[in-house]
Amino acid sequence: MNTTIRRSRSATAVLAILGATLAPALAACGDSDSGPEKPSAVGTDADVSGQKIVVSNWKDYMPDDIGKVYKKATGAELDITYHATNEELVAKVTGSGGDGLDVIFGSQPFLQAFAEAGLLEPIDPDSLENWANLDPKAIETAQVDGQPYWVPYTWGTTGICYRSDLVKKAPTSWYDLLTPADEYKGKVTMMGTERWAVLPAQKALGYSVNTTDTDEMAEVEDLMLKAKPNLLAYDDSTFYERLISGEAVMTEAWDGWCNYGTAENPDIKFAVPKEGSDLWSDGIAILKSSEHLDADYAFLDTILEAKTHAWVEENILYNIPNTAAQDLIATDLLKQYDTLGERRAEMLAGENMTDVGDEAADMYNQIITQVTAS
Amino acid sequence: MADSPGPAPGRASRHGRAPSRRRRRGLGAVVEPVALLAPGLLFYAVLVLAPVALVTGYMFADRGRFGGVEWKLNFANFSRLLEPIYLDVFEKSVVIALTATVLALAIGYPTAYAITKMPPRWRTVALVLVVVPFWTNFLIRIYAWIVLLNSQGLLNDALVSTGITDERFTMLYTPGAVVIGLTYAYLPLMILPLYAAIDRIDAELLEASANLGANRFRTFLGVQLPLTLPGAITGCILVFVPSLGNFVVPELLGGGKTVMAGNLIRDQFLRSQDWPFGSVLAMSVVVMLVLLFLLQSWVTRRVEGVPRHG
Repeated sequence: MNTTIRRSRSATAVLAILGATLAPALAACGDSDSGPEKPSAVGTDADVSGQKIVVSNWKDYMPDDIGKVYKKATGAELDITYHATNEELVAKVTGSGGDGLDVIFGSQPFLQAFAEAGLLEPIDPDSLENWANLDPKAIETAQVDGQPYWVPYTWGTTGICYRSDLVKKAPTSWYDLLTPADEYKGKVTMMGTERWAVLPAQKALGYSVNTTDTDEMAEVEDLMLKAKPNLLAYDDSTFYERLISGEAVMTEAWDGWCNYGTAENPDIKFAVPKEGSDLWSDGIAILKSSEHLDADYAFLDTILEAKTHAWVEENILYNIPNTAAQDLIATDLLKQYDTLGERRAEMLAGENMTDVGDEAADMYNQIITQVTAS
Repeated sequence: MADSPGPAPGRASRHGRAPSRRRRRGLGAVVEPVALLAPGLLFYAVLVLAPVALVTGYMFADRGRFGGVEWKLNFANFSRLLEPIYLDVFEKSVVIALTATVLALAIGYPTAYAITKMPPRWRTVALVLVVVPFWTNFLIRIYAWIVLLNSQGLLNDALVSTGITDERFTMLYTPGAVVIGLTYAYLPLMILPLYAAIDRIDAELLEASANLGANRFRTFLGVQLPLTLPGAITGCILVFVPSLGNFVVPELLGGGKTVMAGNLIRDQFLRSQDWPFGSVLAMSVVVMLVLLFLLQSWVTRRVEGVPRHG
């Protein structure tokens, strides 16, 4: 069991900086000149053996033997580099113009921003044999102007991870975390990074996770200020360890990370509050600067292979948007981690978290600084 | 540090080698200092001056899309610095860093004093022990404090199991925990210059003070304390400076609920991708620190009279 994954999902502020708001994905406008750019032609049967592509990913976020699998399937070689956070990825991609990198793993809002900045190679679904394995809903989240720009890799939601043996009743509302009962004061944590720091208050008040309304966000700030004195800490990387030790009894958590707690202590459970939550997703994109498009596509196809993609769910305990791969997951695992199994629909009901744009991101940052520094 | 160039009093000769140096003329006199200084100067130019110049330039620029800057003249970052929220963070940071410094001084002075009183063999052992924590990674040492201080941690376990208290204390994730972490982390930087300063005091001065009828307390106040002041200030600066800029300790031991100047700067560069404003924040800290160093050198000059260049 891999419980040491340190994936920061603290992505989005950066995106916002990137400016551009997400154009409605539905607005596909045919063949007109103003339409989305077209993918370059790729030969699906091209011989890529002997080529070598460089992939940047989080550590432990794909199978250890992926290089071997890829080489066996295509004859091409894989060189893997790592980034610890989306911010680091931004530095890698923009700092050197993405030189030397071919394929990147990143979170949706970041990839969206990259695509809008013209850094990503549009994806041609027809050039991917395994594209059909993907969940149509996930494909929708991977588009900018109706054109897919990355391949969905994992997705999930945010909720409350809690110790069922240490709370009297299971949390059902974001208010259970924001204004906890007296006996839980000082024993709850919330995330301190941009979008997820404001999410509980946004959802508790009934607003969108992508809201750009200043009045709504002013209310969000007030609620966050009220919540702060009851917090043990702001924590977005070790909350499940705090649940295991019993320091905390309820924490804001991503479903996949809550599973790392459940793996150690079955009393650790996950709840999606009734006010709703988000649907975030990570994907794999090809940089426009890549000179090995055929090999890049071959890599994407290798990942989308049911067996490879199933590994991700089995070992990282995140949901995957690959229907063929899902069929391969053992029922025992789905039972042990119900967020992967029967409660998967709760994740899908979440509101897709998208880029909020430059100004709103600034506002989000200001609010978080105001609250944490208060 | 105040004591580096000068030979220890009473031991080295002040004039021994001077004549031979004066005799050397011609090319050698130029080449040798240049050759000796070049690596150091190059180091400072590339790794200190250039980055400082860059950050200074950033202060007047506009933020770029993916971090970085756009070179358009922009002064808005300076007025933003004066917003209450940032002043508040600076004030809190100074209070926390200052508290840690005072604590380190209170612990470090007696420790350094005690070490100078040890037999020479044990002195070496003690000094090595002071430095030993640096052999372990900073992060690991700070994590150790989490294990000690958390509500289910060792300290609480000990307090409860010995019956001293019934309830578990919240010690972690408070400003107090941040102060403890900073004091612990930088204490060696206080002890070492203090040790050097105390050790350097000529024993004859103390005897003279005693001969003139001063008791030990009076001698301490009138002779030892003033003479060790430069060392104490050096120690204080060495603790205060990294404390003020630290962002790891507030995050790990403060639970993200205490924001210090270091966190603010880090967030501007990494999260908000606002390099220009981050540069303004960083430069304000640099200016504060330069003022501190000026103060230190002024005090040193007053205490030691002429600069001690042998």
